[in-house]
Amino acid sequence: MSTVAPPRRRFTPFETWWAPLLLALTLSVAAWPLGLWPVAWWVILATDFVLLVAAMERLEPRLPLATRPVFRNALAIGFPIALLVSWELIVRAGILNPRWFPPPTSIAVALWELTVNYDRFNDTSLIGRPWLIPSVWASEGWSGVRALFAESHVYATLSRVFGGFFIGAIPGVLVGVVMGLNRTVRTMLDATMSAVYVLPKIAIFPILMLVFPDPFGEGPKVAVVAISAFFLVAINAMAGVQGIDPVLLQAGRAFGANRVAMLRHVILPGALPIIFSGLRLALGTSLIVIVAVEFIRAQTGVGFVIFYHWQVLMTDRMYAGLVVTMALGVGLTALLQWVERRVMPWRDS
Amino acid sequence: MTRARWGGTVHLVNDASNPSSASPKVTARGVSKRFDTTAGEVIALERFDLEVAQGEVVCIVGPSGCGKSTFLRILAGLDTASGGELTVRRDNPDKPENAVVFQEYAIFPWKTVRENVAFGLRMRGVPRAERDATAAHWIERVGLARFAGAYPAQLSGGMKQRVAIARALAYDADLLLMDEPLGALDAQTRLTLQEELLRLWSETGKTVVYVTHGLEEAVLLADRVVVMTAHPGRVKTILDVPLPRPRSIETTTTPEFAALTGELWHALRDEVARAQGYEVPA
Ligand SMILES: Nc1ncnc2c1ncn2[C@@H]1O[C@H](COP(=O)(O)OP(=O)(O)OP(=O)(O)O)[C@@H](O)[C@H]1O
Ligand SMILES: [Mg+2]
Repeated sequence: MSTVAPPRRRFTPFETWWAPLLLALTLSVAAWPLGLWPVAWWVILATDFVLLVAAMERLEPRLPLATRPVFRNALAIGFPIALLVSWELIVRAGILNPRWFPPPTSIAVALWELTVNYDRFNDTSLIGRPWLIPSVWASEGWSGVRALFAESHVYATLSRVFGGFFIGAIPGVLVGVVMGLNRTVRTMLDATMSAVYVLPKIAIFPILMLVFPDPFGEGPKVAVVAISAFFLVAINAMAGVQGIDPVLLQAGRAFGANRVAMLRHVILPGALPIIFSGLRLALGTSLIVIVAVEFIRAQTGVGFVIFYHWQVLMTDRMYAGLVVTMALGVGLTALLQWVERRVMPWRDS
Repeated sequence: MTRARWGGTVHLVNDASNPSSASPKVTARGVSKRFDTTAGEVIALERFDLEVAQGEVVCIVGPSGCGKSTFLRILAGLDTASGGELTVRRDNPDKPENAVVFQEYAIFPWKTVRENVAFGLRMRGVPRAERDATAAHWIERVGLARFAGAYPAQLSGGMKQRVAIARALAYDADLLLMDEPLGALDAQTRLTLQEELLRLWSETGKTVVYVTHGLEEAVLLADRVVVMTAHPGRVKTILDVPLPRPRSIETTTTPEFAALTGELWHALRDEVARAQGYEVPA
């Protein structure tokens, strides 16, 4: 193989950073009269995205070094905003049906309305009108504040998620650790656990409704979350215990740790990273499960908000419910990460 | 008083009634160890004999995989032998039987340097103030005072190993079992710690079983050097090191030292080659 001298560089428009953008624009517009959009919209969008990435990658090295972090942040925030803006424009141009894809601005308005309004028909509000707390506290005291909580969809969902999560996760950690430590227990439970683990827990909801005295109350809803969390946490806790470096177990024994000390100083901290990844999965799954349950059997909760407004064809409010669900998911994950940093300071750096 | 630990035929003698220095601290007779693996049976140790006197420093050298760590683990009571008899005389029932420095550091990533070093003391129920003082002393002596509050993830490999050494020394057992404790260190730190170990041992009179790959290290530290054969692991020969104590790094420049190192290499060479699959012409 011989090396060839590189050709002399000279300016061509193809090498500018905006050339890919121009190409993307040309492609998207030219596809219009050719009738390609309805049949191959995904090809066009994917190509546009690749060209956009190419343009940004060409742009970055041309920027002054000091501005590059700003540029990265602008990309991280700018791209989602660009998506929302294009959504808005496409709907307003009449290309997408606003009935099924309401523009982001009307979703924002719907979110605002859901937040400030009290739904007289269902006796609920989205977040429980917390600005009323001072006046209600003055006139009615605790019972008034509790009534405000009771009308809140977000509170209903969160209490089911947290209630179920704790009721499931704590025994999950215990059973998982025992399975990790004791081979006989592991052998006996492993097949059952794996089988139940893959079962979509929503499928056992009807059974849970029969088990509880009030099938339409909170019992079955909390229980289905607890069961979902339990198996995820147990299986991860087991893996965490089994994954501990054997030499650390030997070190614990060599320096005189008895069974309790081994558990407290070696096994639990050693398994903690994996236990926490189980908790993170369980928390996410709890939210998924509860929203699904609220679709089918609830008068409160964000899942109910979504499904109810779908039934009455108020899709902007339905989307507002989706936004709230996303916010809850992000918030719960952030909360767990905060706890994780507290509990495992050694994993910081 | 004899007790079998983890079953098997290995006995540990708790003999506080007879602290005569005539009876050896450690007596291994025909100790063997088989590992049953899916690939078949691995004989790690076969009829391994060794006596270690009170206060003696014995180094074990041998080709990689010859069973040095296995023997140390059995001696520490962390593994069972498949056969033979192992007796460890205990002189002071208040002190722990042995302290181990593992080949793989084995310090706890979730504990700070201070907590790691104080771990054994905590397990013994030593009050907090006392164990913190002891830990601080040993952390200082291995040169980690600035890192007492750091977690192992923030330390280099050599620093982790020094934490493991400090943990074993702070535990204050009569019998110190060390598995290539300086193997991962840079040459300068190794020299410093070799001198530090020599000084410590002369102060405390501990009995030491010390596994190493370094022939010069073995000659520098040991009263006797055990050379092991590979597959199966057996004692090939035992070399006396009559160099006078106290020793220091200067000892390594003497002609006696060079002669002993050469003798040791001679004893080991064939074994290393055999373990690597070569035949050596005599
Ligand atoms: N848990 C185990 N299961 C099966 N075989 C093992 C086990 N532990 C050790 N062995 C085998 O026993 C033999 C001795 O191992 P050991 O760790 O004692 O060697 P070593 O002398 O310490 O080697 P090195 O100098 O490399 O540390 C090796 O052949 C190894 O494969
Ligand atoms: Mg070894």
